[in-house]
Amino acid sequence: MDNRHRSSASLLDCAAVLIALALTSSAAFAQGPNLGKPISPAEIAAWDISILPDGSGLPPGSGTPSQGSRIYAEKCSMCHGANGKGGLSAALVGGGPLTSGIDTPKTIANFWPYATTLFDFTRRAMPWPKPRTLTNDEVYSLTAYLLALNKLIGENDVMNADTLPKVRMPNRDGFIVRFPERMP
Amino acid sequence: MIHGLVARPLVFTLDALMRYPMVSRMAFVECGGNSAPLFSKEPIEATVQAIHGLVSCAEWTGVMLSTLLEETGIDPKAKWLIAEGADSLALSRSVPMTKALDDAMIALYQNGERLMPGNGYPMRLLLPGWEGNINVKWLRRIKLVETPAMSYYEARTYAPILPNGKAYQFYFLQEVKSFITHPSAGLKLNGPGFYEISGLAYSGNGRISKVMVSADGGKSWAQAAMQEPVHAKAFARFRAPWRWDGGPAILQSRAWDEAGNVQPTRAQFIAERGETKTVPSVTGFPNQHYNGPTSWGIERNGEVKHVYA
Repeated sequence: MDNRHRSSASLLDCAAVLIALALTSSAAFAQGPNLGKPISPAEIAAWDISILPDGSGLPPGSGTPSQGSRIYAEKCSMCHGANGKGGLSAALVGGGPLTSGIDTPKTIANFWPYATTLFDFTRRAMPWPKPRTLTNDEVYSLTAYLLALNKLIGENDVMNADTLPKVRMPNRDGFIVRFPERMP
Repeated sequence: MIHGLVARPLVFTLDALMRYPMVSRMAFVECGGNSAPLFSKEPIEATVQAIHGLVSCAEWTGVMLSTLLEETGIDPKAKWLIAEGADSLALSRSVPMTKALDDAMIALYQNGERLMPGNGYPMRLLLPGWEGNINVKWLRRIKLVETPAMSYYEARTYAPILPNGKAYQFYFLQEVKSFITHPSAGLKLNGPGFYEISGLAYSGNGRISKVMVSADGGKSWAQAAMQEPVHAKAFARFRAPWRWDGGPAILQSRAWDEAGNVQPTRAQFIAERGETKTVPSVTGFPNQHYNGPTSWGIERNGEVKHVYA
């Protein structure tokens, strides 16, 4: 390196160090006790099961309605009935028009605005007595099975991180924000 | 832990939180489905406890969520946060950042004692004035995000269906409400004479500013006295002296909050929100977020019944 290049390189180095110092200086921290412990992305990933309607957070994996049908019979039908018809727990198929009354039962088909909710809820909460025991493939399969049962996807459609957010639920536009002035 | 759209994802242990500055405040926590029996087209014969009992009030002590969020360094792109609990279904709700930075608290104590297991030990998210479900118990994780997650309870459960088939979403707020607790359905008055009408009023918008009481089903009104101090977003006890002449009477209360909101009449409420076509079970939860009036009919023999007026 010639001298000119070396001095501009070290100037950049100085600037980088100064910026780094400014970002980590105590002035950048809140005035509180600062007792929070840093957590690594790997540790976070072990806990982060949040899924957004655009599909952010959906894990790798996939499933089909016929794969889901087998898992459903084994792990879900004891509460939700054969073919989702209901029993001890809510029916997972059908649902009347919401115009038939303010107490119309809300179902996947007549009410849920996003299909991602079905994946999110099944993975975090089901089966009821043993939540978080389903693999991601199993959750995709069950999601595919229930969406197909409700005629929202085809019998052979594969559900994965790419296809699931694209499923358009019939009641997507059925909502009114209650207090628009309070929304971000 | 707090993560997502932050500069520094952090874990706050219980030991650490105990060393943070704390605040105490009174706040009610009310289920979004409280008072749902009143959606019935006919008055369900049930006590005030069965009709309005899904609400409580306590002194909450904890760390303001804004203190912890500042420490992580909020990304300006973050408009919402997702709060998740450690219960069996890992209940997850999306909260606007404006509320999170306003009066949201990580509550550690209830009435001066550590939270009970059923109330969310070791910590819960307290969002004063907002529907109970979003005050996430057994809080374990907060993720800052750009858009709401549309999780199960917000996409489905707490989205009230309207008469035209649409549904409200992002209701959040428990609106101004009041009801008389004494005399109330199931009780019996021991003959004509002096009684003190007593009840509770509260609003997710702030302080109760006024409660009016009627003994003739809403034809005439008198202002009730408030038990001081009146706290914002907390139970306020109101009292009104009443001389019962022994004849049929219908008792009703109506509350105003300091933001200028008032409980609608039943007719006004039903016109907007509808009522059921058949009479549901008292535990049926036909709809959510009812804040119309409650009327108690006094019969000549002193029995108090639930009526509509």
